Amino acid sequence: MTDDFRARVRDWLAANVPDSSEDAPAEELIATAKRFQAALHDAGLAGITWPSQFGGQGRSAAEQQIFDEEAAAHELPTGVFLIGLGMCGPTLVDLGSTEQKARYVRPLLRGEEIWCQLFSEPGAGSDVASLQTRAVRDGDSWVVNGQKVWTSGAQWSDHGALLARTNPDQPKHKGLTMFVVDMHAPGVTVRPLRDMTGRAPFNEVYFDDVRLPADAVLGEVDAGWFAAVTMLGHERVSIGGSVRRRYDPLAYHNLVELARTRNRLDDPLVRDGLAALYTAERALSLFNARLRQEADAGSPPGARGSVAKLAGAELLWQAVHVAGLIAGLDAAAWDPGSAEGDELAVAINATPASSIAGGTDQVQRNIIGDRILGLPRDPVADRDIPFRELRVGTQA
Amino acid sequence: MRLVLDAEQQQLRSSVRKLLADHAPPARVRAVMDGEDGCDRELWRRITDQLGLAGLVVPEEHGGAGAGHVERAIVLEELGRTLAPVPFFASAVLATDTALALGDSELLPRLASGEVIGALAVSKTWGPLDVRATEHDGGWTLDGQAPFVISGDIADTVYVHNGDWFAVSEGFTRTTLHTLDPTRRIARLDFAGTPARRLSASDGALARVRDLAAVALAAEQVGGMGRVLETTADYAKVRVQFGRAIGSYQGVKHRLADMYSAYERAESLLRHAAWSADHDAEGLPLAAATTQAFVGPACFQAAADGVQLHGGIGYTWEHHAHLYYKRAKTSELLFAGGRGDLARRLGLEPT
Repeated sequence: MTDDFRARVRDWLAANVPDSSEDAPAEELIATAKRFQAALHDAGLAGITWPSQFGGQGRSAAEQQIFDEEAAAHELPTGVFLIGLGMCGPTLVDLGSTEQKARYVRPLLRGEEIWCQLFSEPGAGSDVASLQTRAVRDGDSWVVNGQKVWTSGAQWSDHGALLARTNPDQPKHKGLTMFVVDMHAPGVTVRPLRDMTGRAPFNEVYFDDVRLPADAVLGEVDAGWFAAVTMLGHERVSIGGSVRRRYDPLAYHNLVELARTRNRLDDPLVRDGLAALYTAERALSLFNARLRQEADAGSPPGARGSVAKLAGAELLWQAVHVAGLIAGLDAAAWDPGSAEGDELAVAINATPASSIAGGTDQVQRNIIGDRILGLPRDPVADRDIPFRELRVGTQA
Repeated sequence: MRLVLDAEQQQLRSSVRKLLADHAPPARVRAVMDGEDGCDRELWRRITDQLGLAGLVVPEEHGGAGAGHVERAIVLEELGRTLAPVPFFASAVLATDTALALGDSELLPRLASGEVIGALAVSKTWGPLDVRATEHDGGWTLDGQAPFVISGDIADTVYVHNGDWFAVSEGFTRTTLHTLDPTRRIARLDFAGTPARRLSASDGALARVRDLAAVALAAEQVGGMGRVLETTADYAKVRVQFGRAIGSYQGVKHRLADMYSAYERAESLLRHAAWSADHDAEGLPLAAATTQAFVGPACFQAAADGVQLHGGIGYTWEHHAHLYYKRAKTSELLFAGGRGDLARRLGLEPT
């Protein structure tokens, strides 16, 4: 049966994945992505493990694995949906009301609506719970004021999962609520922000008296920390578990090709580095496969997703090292118009994000130490103090 | 590809773990390690007679259990956790796999039952030995040296590979070598007119034995890593310095988290390699080499960090941390071809 499924996935992808052009304008790329995602859903290949009553396929994690393996041979144009499908959607499925699931899940799976995650703030990065964006109850609705930052994809999102403070008299973890926010609502301002690659995939987002209806609450009022932890768990699995893409210049296969075309396999350091990179890629992909098989057998990964996240970042750093062994100074300067040079530079410059975005390596290690190994927690200075009495971020 | 254990396999794990908890506690391991023989004969009998574990991968018609490499890996993980001083790796892995690869039905049932302790003599780089074989009146004798034979000090029968295959049981001298790892004895064997039984050659036998040994050793290594991780994490919870348990310091916690991350990935590679040994003969060589290239260094790193995180206590002879350190380095060296070998298998040759 799974062989049939694999064959169906392979044939469908071969026939339907569009030619991608990174140079196309953003609007065109998004239009392509939306068409592709809708077709994927029509083919019964979107939301493979999601519940069928909300538009998913209700299939097993093993089938998701098969899809991912087959998809790794292509460059799917669906990057813009990663946060919605990898994080917001699974959290909606876990915690959303029946009405919310009915309203949001199917359009998400069909690529009709794009989502972003509004957690980080200038003063609240790793210490997410110290965030200061406020949501104040006003009759039947909520009024939101504050600023988010490093928000990926906010400039083309239709909805966001917003974490805001609803009770500053409680300690910081107890006064948060998660909301579904309409990114086109009055009072929402998105300003693209450049990252260290020079691109602008993320943003600052300002909320000025943004009014949300009562049913925008995702989960329970003041239980936003639980919702955030749920979403962060999905995030780690989603980031760490993503299969290395064929077109990623830092993937093992591409670095081997680079070494071949540059006659660099004579260097034993290059061969050794490539072999080490291969083992690391295999180890991580087999670990992810094992997590999926365990999930199929009824034990969800929980905090072990942090291993995938941490090892994924480690792998990229290792690949940056090997890429340097192969390319030498050609990675530092290249002819204008050399796509290979440009792509390698972007990959090298994007690597620090893997150790920061979605929770830093240090945070992942704390999670593994605290939640898996049961080590004593760091003494926490602010756990029981009402939020309004705290000093947070870099504020005086 | 199946990477998780089923209920029966988990049951096997618990019963082996229980046996070793009862009969191979650290004090016992140390007593045997310091003893004359270096082998816990009583434990070996329990493992072989009572549980029939030596013949796990041997088909039932040859007196084995007809199970597979996934099951054998489980046993080896437990042996690696405890450093139990029994000749399982030499006899139930190296010699048994050789007997299976060569179709030596004469010795197979006796290896499977544990009645005979077997060993394998190849060169230090898993190649043929510089040993001369001479035929007279239908019989053979061997002359030369096998420089590095695991459990060669106590083996009843040793398979010798010099391009052809022989088995010897008497008429040679054994020199027990000084070893980095005190829990596993290694001997040099000298053959001089040693009577040998010639075995019919089989293409690829040595390569298969070597690949399976890489998987089996990885199982021991993963078991050792798991034990180091547990004992070190437990220690970090109770050892207090500067008024706090040391495990609450990120300098300690993060190193343990990295150890855990390496352990999870090592176990994943092992599960796949053991599954390949049973179900994917074509994929086995690459899976085995990949596994050793990752697990060897990772297991040694874990053992070294285990010593470090125990501080002065960990560097003390009475503590067990050094035994895992020494075993891990020795095991890593056993497949020291490591990444160079893997690079060749991946086709990463100089142009």
